[in-house]
Amino acid sequence: MTSADRGPGLAIETRGLTKRFGHQVAVDSIDLAVPRGSVFGFLGPNGSGKTTTIRMMLGLAAATAGSVSVLGLDMPRRLDEVLPRVGALVEGPAFYPFLSGAANLHRFDAADRHAVPATRRARVAEALERVGLSHAARKKVRAYSLGMKQRLGIANALLADRELLVLDEPTNGLDPQGTREVRNLVRSLAADGATVFVSSHLLAEVEQICTHAAIMSAGRLVAQGPLPELRKTGSAQLRLLTPDAGAASGVLARFGMTPVVGHPDGQGAVITAVLPDSGLPEGGLPKGAGTAPSLEPIEPESIVAALVADGVRVRGFTVERGSLEDRFVALTGEGFDVAQ
Amino acid sequence: MSHSERTANTAGDARRTPSSGPLLASELTLLFRRRRTQALLLALAAIPVMIAVVVRVSSTVPPGRGPAFLDRITQNGLFVGVTALIVAVPLFLPLTIGVVAGDTIAGEAGHGTLRYLLVAPAGRVRLLLVKYVGAVAFCIAAPLAVALAGAGIGAALFPVGPVTLLSGDVVEPGEAFSRMLLIAAYQTVSLLGLSAIGLFLSTLTDVPVGAMAATIVLSVASQVLDQLPQLEWLHPWLFSHYWFGFADLLRQPIGWESFTSNAMLQGGYIALFGALAYGRFVSKDVLS
Repeated sequence: MTSADRGPGLAIETRGLTKRFGHQVAVDSIDLAVPRGSVFGFLGPNGSGKTTTIRMMLGLAAATAGSVSVLGLDMPRRLDEVLPRVGALVEGPAFYPFLSGAANLHRFDAADRHAVPATRRARVAEALERVGLSHAARKKVRAYSLGMKQRLGIANALLADRELLVLDEPTNGLDPQGTREVRNLVRSLAADGATVFVSSHLLAEVEQICTHAAIMSAGRLVAQGPLPELRKTGSAQLRLLTPDAGAASGVLARFGMTPVVGHPDGQGAVITAVLPDSGLPEGGLPKGAGTAPSLEPIEPESIVAALVADGVRVRGFTVERGSLEDRFVALTGEGFDVAQ
Repeated sequence: MSHSERTANTAGDARRTPSSGPLLASELTLLFRRRRTQALLLALAAIPVMIAVVVRVSSTVPPGRGPAFLDRITQNGLFVGVTALIVAVPLFLPLTIGVVAGDTIAGEAGHGTLRYLLVAPAGRVRLLLVKYVGAVAFCIAAPLAVALAGAGIGAALFPVGPVTLLSGDVVEPGEAFSRMLLIAAYQTVSLLGLSAIGLFLSTLTDVPVGAMAATIVLSVASQVLDQLPQLEWLHPWLFSHYWFGFADLLRQPIGWESFTSNAMLQGGYIALFGALAYGRFVSKDVLS
């Protein structure tokens, strides 16, 4: 986390936020900082406390300890001022099955005291249009597929202009086409200046759309920050195939690495080493999201050049970046299993 | 949606006075457009129809047997509504109220829509009030359905004429009809306490059937306790105590004593269980 992320520019900030259910600690003293304007990925295995945290943010559940502020205001004390500016999809969509999609949205919009009744019809139509549900607006929700309900849930979050969108597993139940649409939707919302807080257990999804991320594990926040920084910590690994193990180790040591030499088949050595600072181009990241690496990066090609210059016969050379998934598994230690 | 547009919209919203009207309108529409509510009202309306048809097709009604006024129906159709209202008091009306009041909060929780109403934000106190007003609207509609269906079928199958009141005075059919509406109003008041109990029970669970059943069971239990002479000290405090006390509305002049006592008792139940529902609901973690 950079120092610029602290302070008044936070859309969501929690301090020591804790939720206990009896003896079970669902959320354990987390300090979350979601910068305004970010697309923030909230990652964690199932049961790690993501949804409970979201419930506390939205004033649905009371915190056992700690505080939450949303859009700079204390929750749940300032709930009436905060929530009209927040669109939310919490723990999956939920609707009246006996009402049509449009009637459901009318109902939720009527519940918002600040919503303007005169523009309700237009806003509902626009929200349905935005998630591609206009054709099913008059259909009873009972007849909707899971994916359609999910879209309707997102439409509900978009009924008014929102400064913050909290989307809990927004692509759950969507087909690949729908998933791509939701990704585009999130990008366009962010481009309009809204902060988007997306919880997910799908890392690929978060990697593609988020500028920032936080990782939850068993109720604790184990990492958070801009995505490039998070990814960087899961450092890149170098793998070298050569018969000249001694000379190669010497060269790698000059770069500040600690090479590990292995002889898997007696033909030559396999040398692995962790790159101290990975300088690979951060492809596919949203512009302006990354911060410049603090150290001068070591280019992989300059390592190869140095090896060759020292007469090392290079038979194979690869640099593999740690993905967010590696980082995630390293931090949570449990992959996608349900936390106990 | 540019930033400046959003700012302008926010300013526009601030000038508007926030109103609970749309949510209340939405609640009433949802309640009365719902098939289940319509089925409940239809079932209630079927009571007088059933009574009238049975009386019509049977040759004689032995006087003094069956529900009150049953033997008078053949002479005057206006008695169908009154008889049906009496028949509905102990079970049918509390049953339908139990379904509607027990469903108020628990039904939303069961659908998962409660969390979306609250993040809209509906406001917890406001939602509770709107839900209670919805239940009250049903308390008005339910006896009215019985009374109007009774008047309709009574007029269709039997002669309608002047009615002799319990005090011996004879009133015109128009006056008699308004007396019947007065009995329906009395029963609306009678059911307000039970509705408040149902609302409270509804805040305790995410399973609407549980809250409905509990409300109905309580209405039966209250009536059973009211029958036990050993518990005479308790009787005036039971919410069902005045449920049958509308006979004074059929005298000339109308005796309001029972109506007033009933209203005060129901008011007490509304205050008590309204406070309990408030205490429970404003602090409740919505995890459904």
